Amino acid sequence: MRYAMAIDTLKCVGCSDCVVACQTENDVPQGYCRDWIKETVNGLYPTVELEYRSERCNQCDNTPCVRTCPTGASLVSDGGIVLVDDDKCIGCGACIESCPYDARYFHPEKGTVDKCTFCNHRVTDGEDPACVSVCPTKCMYFGDLEDSESDVSIALKNRNYKTLAPETGTKPQVYYLV
Amino acid sequence: MQSRRKFIKISTASAGTMMLPLSFPSFFSGDDEDVSKLKKVPTYCEVCFWKCAGWAYVNEKGDIKKIVGNKFDPHSNGRFCPRGTGGVGMYNDPDRLKQPMMRKTRNGKQEFVNVSWNEALDFIAQKMKDIKSEHGAESLALFNHGSGGKHFSTLFKAFGSTNITAPSYAQCKGPREEAFKATFGKSVGSPEPADIKNTDCLVLLGNHIGENMHNNLVQEVADIQDRKATIITVDPRLSTIAAHSKYWLPIKPSTDLALLLAWINVIIDRGIYDKDYVEKYANGFDELKNHVNDFTPEWAEKITEIPAEQIKKTAWEMAQAAPKVIIHPGRHVTWYGDDTQRLRAIAILNAILGSYGREGGFYLPNKGKLPKMPLPAYPKPNWSWKEMMGDKYPYAHYSVANAFIDATHPDFKGEHKLKGWFAVGTNLTTTIPDQKRTLEAIDNLDLFVVVDTMPAEICGYADVILPECTYLERCDHPRISPHRKANFAVRMPAVKPKYLTKPASWMVMKLGNRLGLQDYFPYKDYSEVIDWQLRQIGSSLADMKQRGVKLQPEFNHGLFIKDGEDYNFKTASGKIELYAHDLEKKGFDPLPFYTEHEKPSKGFYRLNYGRAPMHTFTRTTNNPNLTDLMDANNLWVNSITAKENSLYNGQEVWLKNQDGIVSAFSINVRVTERIRPDMVYMIHGFGRSNKMLENSYGKGISDSELITNVKIDPIMGGTGMRANFVSFITEKPRKEEAIV
Repeated sequence: MRYAMAIDTLKCVGCSDCVVACQTENDVPQGYCRDWIKETVNGLYPTVELEYRSERCNQCDNTPCVRTCPTGASLVSDGGIVLVDDDKCIGCGACIESCPYDARYFHPEKGTVDKCTFCNHRVTDGEDPACVSVCPTKCMYFGDLEDSESDVSIALKNRNYKTLAPETGTKPQVYYLV
Repeated sequence: MQSRRKFIKISTASAGTMMLPLSFPSFFSGDDEDVSKLKKVPTYCEVCFWKCAGWAYVNEKGDIKKIVGNKFDPHSNGRFCPRGTGGVGMYNDPDRLKQPMMRKTRNGKQEFVNVSWNEALDFIAQKMKDIKSEHGAESLALFNHGSGGKHFSTLFKAFGSTNITAPSYAQCKGPREEAFKATFGKSVGSPEPADIKNTDCLVLLGNHIGENMHNNLVQEVADIQDRKATIITVDPRLSTIAAHSKYWLPIKPSTDLALLLAWINVIIDRGIYDKDYVEKYANGFDELKNHVNDFTPEWAEKITEIPAEQIKKTAWEMAQAAPKVIIHPGRHVTWYGDDTQRLRAIAILNAILGSYGREGGFYLPNKGKLPKMPLPAYPKPNWSWKEMMGDKYPYAHYSVANAFIDATHPDFKGEHKLKGWFAVGTNLTTTIPDQKRTLEAIDNLDLFVVVDTMPAEICGYADVILPECTYLERCDHPRISPHRKANFAVRMPAVKPKYLTKPASWMVMKLGNRLGLQDYFPYKDYSEVIDWQLRQIGSSLADMKQRGVKLQPEFNHGLFIKDGEDYNFKTASGKIELYAHDLEKKGFDPLPFYTEHEKPSKGFYRLNYGRAPMHTFTRTTNNPNLTDLMDANNLWVNSITAKENSLYNGQEVWLKNQDGIVSAFSINVRVTERIRPDMVYMIHGFGRSNKMLENSYGKGISDSELITNVKIDPIMGGTGMRANFVSFITEKPRKEEAIV
């Protein structure tokens, strides 16, 4: 089992529905987010390219956050999902510093570090993560990479894709279809 | 005239009593909350007019945890847009209106005072009676937007006034409704019956789908991208959909009609129109052919700055795809004052490509039905907005909101004057351009009642403010809207109304009792009426609480005109009117002409405005969930323009328009290549000026205050808003008399 996500940058309109859906699903406090939208514009008018990306924890295969955690609170769970154990987290912030994607934040109410869980609680019930299930453009695909028939496997088979900051060696598992 | 209607900054007068404890959502329960314990309540969204049906999830403590789409709903297909998903912020917003307020004078100073519902409603009922006896019931007017307005419409009609209007016509989609009516005999309607999911070519003019989140439309556009359907986007700005399109035509603003005429020219000239369809269903082809003869791509290139080759190529793409082609009518189309004619050109283009009533073009929508509870007949008013408008706007089939302002203004010479207004769910000064005139009209009123969930700017001018509860706290008329499949959706209260807020259905019932109109409101709670309606068709409230949406296949007819069918269009001739006799009879051009519009003078740039996916008008710009995503607008400026004016990215500027109006607040510059150098762009709905909106006050600029040059469409009264030009002010201007 290896959970992964593929996001079609040619369809994403950057509407941020994934961000609000995540906030309400996971009680993310206002002013914070587990996922966010990046806009990239290249070229000069009128030859311009635009890309929107819905970004989040890349649920990496090679996890600097887990390595740097002094208490073992950051861990790799079933299907490669990287989680934070609230009972063990002391909020030291080492993982926040180590993440090349800036995907973690200090939760002001819990006093611990918080991040995308791929909506672990939904996925174990056989549902898609909240962001995937709400997306009006259906530009996000989620599933098990070891299942060749999963939505994410099919999307990656049929399209070109990229990952973010591959040079850091983190082996990210969120793919961007281009 | 008493200048009693000085804008009152609500917060200063009432701050002490308004500070109620905030209820913070619990952040801790989160992932651990047992979803199966959440109660699911059906609703349809009221953040925008698309009215998607969904479910509100409520926990045992009575907190609304989330709102998700109903998968049987054709508007949402189970997926809400960011505004619908963040709709819970409308309920949780700490700046909401909390109890009725009345304008009172104390020590010579006007202020809003919190009052009881009884006091507020007694006052309103008495004023309504006074106005009726002095001027007639007809001199009361209702401006509305959304579900609350429907209840007030009943009250108005029962009281004897049919002077009911909504800015969604003359400030938004009116021109397309009339252009399609003149051409196909039927207005477009909402949601637009464009068969996007089956089209092979979608053409958008200034229609930024994806930035406007008209839900199933956005979904269908994404679907056709999967199968590489052609999208052609005409926009002076690289909108999101322009970036996703095969062709982006960065047209010179205000010249769209020239492009449309050139497309028609190419398609007729090359004989690539749908000859069979035109011959069978359309009138006036020869006149059209003669009319567009000179409107060549080369002619249009000089006007639009789009190369003639590009015009020919895109025309060819449309013809290749026909009849599976949609030249989309758009929604907010009140731009330059000749908008009905521009939309006529769009209708004509669709007609000659044979797309109307065809798969992949425009479908013929189906509509659900529910019996209405029998009410006493409404009294017949002595006059209505039709008589009030007289000869003005002879092709307006709906009431024109700005004509209501005219009929209230002290300079009105007509016989039928308006003396009292109700504004329900519509923030008039940010919706209707020329704020100064609107305020002069308001100052001439005997009664002004505002009903809203939020302290919108318009509240500051009211005599009485009635706090409506949000859609999540009330039930309303079932949503019955045209779509591919006949259906209806219900809205039930997910939670009890917060504070002292009340549903509009309750307000009109209580007012009805005071006015002797109780027979029109035969309920204690509006859910009784809905239950009665549902029982007539073998359903019930209990049944609909489980479903939310009900499909009514018994009302479905075919979606498309069958091959060779003798289809009868609802025009006078029964045919598509390429040559619009209806318009000709009223004294207008039966075929559209391009006319040149005002251009910016040196140092000025055309002000354009639009939507962001997470906001709808001013309705959302204080919503804490949605301001998290965007809390202010910024000013899009091309790098060439930035250089000319020594502007840098992120710089704070103020704007001054062609009439010398200076923006009340500032805005940050966004230097971007996504826009033409001759214009600037901002998201509508920001620059909030009511201090009671603590979350949004003073953030960004309101485009509305800068729209003072209004180009009225003589055909239907639409207010063209895109002939306004601004220059940049880089030093904070000295405090001038701000009008809002």
